[in-house]
Amino acid sequence: MGGHAEEGKGSVSRRGFLKSAGVAAAATSLIDDAKKAMEPVGPAPAAAVRGETEIRFKLNGKETVAKVPPSMTLLELLRERLDMTGTKQVCDRGACGACTVHLDGRTVNSCLLLAMDATGRDVTTVEGLAVGDRLHPVQQGFVEEDAMQCGFCTPGMVMSCAALLAKNPAPTRAECAEGISGNICRCGTYLNIFRAMDRASALAKGGK
Amino acid sequence: MNADDPVIPVDPQDPAPRRRRNQQDGARGGKPFKFGQKGDVREVAVNVPPDEPPPWQFGDTHAVVGQRTPRVDAVAKVTGKARYAYDMNLPGMVWAAFVRCPHARAKVTAVDYAEALKIPGVLVAKDYGSKEIRYALQHFGIVAAETHAACLEAVRAVKATFEVLPHAARMDQALAPDAPRVHAERPNKTGDDFRPEAVAAFEKAAQGCDAVVSGIATTEVQTHMCLEPHGVTARFEAPDRATVWASTQATFGARGEVARVLKVPEANVTVIAHYMGGGFGSKFSLGVAGAAACTLSKELGRPVKLMLERRAEHAQGGNRPSSVQEMSLGVKKDGTLAAYKVSKTGTGGIGGGAGAANPMIYDFGEVAEADFEVATNAGAAAAMRAPRHPQGSFALETIMNLAAEAIGMDPLELRRKNDKHPIRARQYVEGAKRFGWDKRTPSGSGKGPIKKGMGVASSLWYALGGRGAQVLCRIRKDGSVEIRNGAQDIGVGTKTILAMVAAEELGIPLSRVTPFLGDTNDPIGPASGGSTTAPTIMPAARTAAFMAGRSLREIVAKAWNCGADDLALGGGKVLHLKDGSKSMTFEKACALMPGDEIAELGKRTGNYAAYEGQTGGVHFAEVEVDTEDGTISVTRYLALQDAGTILNPLTAESQVNGAIVQGVSYALFEERILDRQLGQQVNADMEMYKIAGPKDMPRAEVILTEVVNGANNVGVAGLGEGPSVPVAAAIAGAVHNALGFPVWSLPMTPDRVLAAIAAKEKGK
Repeated sequence: MGGHAEEGKGSVSRRGFLKSAGVAAAATSLIDDAKKAMEPVGPAPAAAVRGETEIRFKLNGKETVAKVPPSMTLLELLRERLDMTGTKQVCDRGACGACTVHLDGRTVNSCLLLAMDATGRDVTTVEGLAVGDRLHPVQQGFVEEDAMQCGFCTPGMVMSCAALLAKNPAPTRAECAEGISGNICRCGTYLNIFRAMDRASALAKGGK
Repeated sequence: MNADDPVIPVDPQDPAPRRRRNQQDGARGGKPFKFGQKGDVREVAVNVPPDEPPPWQFGDTHAVVGQRTPRVDAVAKVTGKARYAYDMNLPGMVWAAFVRCPHARAKVTAVDYAEALKIPGVLVAKDYGSKEIRYALQHFGIVAAETHAACLEAVRAVKATFEVLPHAARMDQALAPDAPRVHAERPNKTGDDFRPEAVAAFEKAAQGCDAVVSGIATTEVQTHMCLEPHGVTARFEAPDRATVWASTQATFGARGEVARVLKVPEANVTVIAHYMGGGFGSKFSLGVAGAAACTLSKELGRPVKLMLERRAEHAQGGNRPSSVQEMSLGVKKDGTLAAYKVSKTGTGGIGGGAGAANPMIYDFGEVAEADFEVATNAGAAAAMRAPRHPQGSFALETIMNLAAEAIGMDPLELRRKNDKHPIRARQYVEGAKRFGWDKRTPSGSGKGPIKKGMGVASSLWYALGGRGAQVLCRIRKDGSVEIRNGAQDIGVGTKTILAMVAAEELGIPLSRVTPFLGDTNDPIGPASGGSTTAPTIMPAARTAAFMAGRSLREIVAKAWNCGADDLALGGGKVLHLKDGSKSMTFEKACALMPGDEIAELGKRTGNYAAYEGQTGGVHFAEVEVDTEDGTISVTRYLALQDAGTILNPLTAESQVNGAIVQGVSYALFEERILDRQLGQQVNADMEMYKIAGPKDMPRAEVILTEVVNGANNVGVAGLGEGPSVPVAAAIAGAVHNALGFPVWSLPMTPDRVLAAIAAKEKGK
């Protein structure tokens, strides 16, 4: 695990491996990985790299300066240092999409991105999507079509949907499903999200 | 009310509701009210308790209630402003995490925390919990640190040695003759065997049947997998107070537990759950994480956040038990069900609560039932949306389909014939028409490799709420209104309907009312279990608003020199019922207040003799089964669901949609997989623990059946459980219709489907 203490770090490479390897190989790796991951005993990890580095990036349009340890993820920076808790931590390994933010306009899982890698980039979180009191069409669509229940997946869903709408102003239901296929909802709001996207698409077309 | 809706006088010999707890003991001298549904309206006598408004009746119209209303906290949720327990960042806050054992059964023999304590920022690393490990990922130690990262680093630095013992993590292992005992004091398998006289009666009745069908249905353990894990942010406030932000379905239950853990008076504890990220039945208690965080906060004198990590959420956060249900059903040619025998076995890990609700819904004649529970070295089960029911429904509806086939009867007809519930009776007919049931083809008649099928299954639920809530309604001099209860909105829209009920009663727009939930300093409310939250709180809310409105009417009556009963609230005004020229805006009336506010506490009284004590639903599913690769797609779904008075159709439909999505997930994907050798869950994450995603969604339609049940002054019923009951069963019925034979195991994964097809072909 190198100098990283977080569990999520190990899975970056694992996910890459899962993508490139066949299912059988992935299953074997999973069991090995599960064994390793569950073992709290054994030698202590190599001492984490201590110390902090100053980074600068744009956060929701504002120039932001933060001091971060090299192992800190963007998600941790947002939630734990900057108290921007709209972005949620759920699986901590890029499997659920709850931590989705926009990096230079593209969606990323902020749990898989080191905060230092945001240096000089443009980060938008769910808190930065509305303009003042005026909701983004996706947000408005979610409100009107009740595309939320507990609301914990909602920020990530909204960010994925907003990115999709920017690329594709009138997504079909299948395209919408593809667009949010990296986001998991447990309450079962997908059906409402499809409707919300239709609404958002209409709102966006009408110049809001 | 339509002229064609007959009013049937209530028959004192036939009290319709089957559930009498909480109900009025008859209503001698009560006034008659009209309750029921289209085509079946009954007059029921009710003694309206003092301070309560008369119950809403069949045919009443409403201004706010019944409108599709976006939830009041929707904007907070879509902008990220909604703050959950996991989101609390308090000054001086410390992070905590458990140290866990990877083995399914073991003794912790030695633990060395020295390296962990050397990590900068680590404050605590010590034993916590039992050293007797009974399931993989059980905790035995705890660490606390200044940052989350340091906390996790410390967990990894703990050195522990274990004496690993033989385990019985899986049910087959626990049932083996030489299996280790999970609980030392009792055998692994416990429960109630058949009563011999019931078996004899079954056998006698079965002899008179034209067909007896049999089968064994199995279901797997599913985990709740709430997106917000179990946990709290706890702040002990010396010397004897505490505030706890909890991810909970029971704020008041949690408050009591915090008080006991910290040994402080309950009145000094505040539990806050303004938002919570999913519970589904698994968050009724403070939980191990909550108790540990409270304890640590007291020890350290600092706020502590402890949320379970994802893999532990699977192991420790609760689950729906598995089941094996062995059934025989005897049926006569005319569709009469005469004899039913069922033996049920399931595991809830080291906890209890296994077992399947089977039989239910249909009239089976003679019933013999055995119910067993098997302890295993796995995480404890917890209530999960309609506990025991989806698994029971799957088995029951599958054997029903088989019985229908055996006598050559349409499966929908067989259900209608054996189900006397007045709401479902209507839903069978309406649903069949809407879904196009007449286009259903004979089972297994499809020619190509992709086969289509339709299935049907029925829903019931038992709860119409009861005593256990008080609601505070406050009208301020400026015309603003607050409505307050301390229970939680677990994401179903409770806060919104709370405001809607108050606005309706006060005759003002919804925007004028601010609802408050999720803070135990407000009046007592129920735990969100058994679909009782709405039907328990809403009648008290309506009473509170009625009382506050009455106080306002009294103030205006004084000014107009008339009686308060001559006045009514509506359209944002106080109206004089006898003198049309007199009216006053709600604001002007409020300005007449002598003090700064009116505050009234409405109490939930017991239920009235309802139209029907159980709610009903009928669900239809259509599937495509690919017989070459074994995949199933649910293509269409229709749910007809009764929830009493529909306060907010928008959020009510969302809940039914959620039940459908979760049901698709349970039917096709969800399975906790435990490694046979290690006893560890191999899919304790969110990639390999597969749940339904956006690409797995059917075209779904929800029809809310309007029923004014008259169980209380509002008549709303909960929607948590009812629609969750039949989804997997309806899908399984459609698969049966597609293939020509049932797939007996959930989840119906491709391997199980292909195995069922192979077994069928081999048997030919």
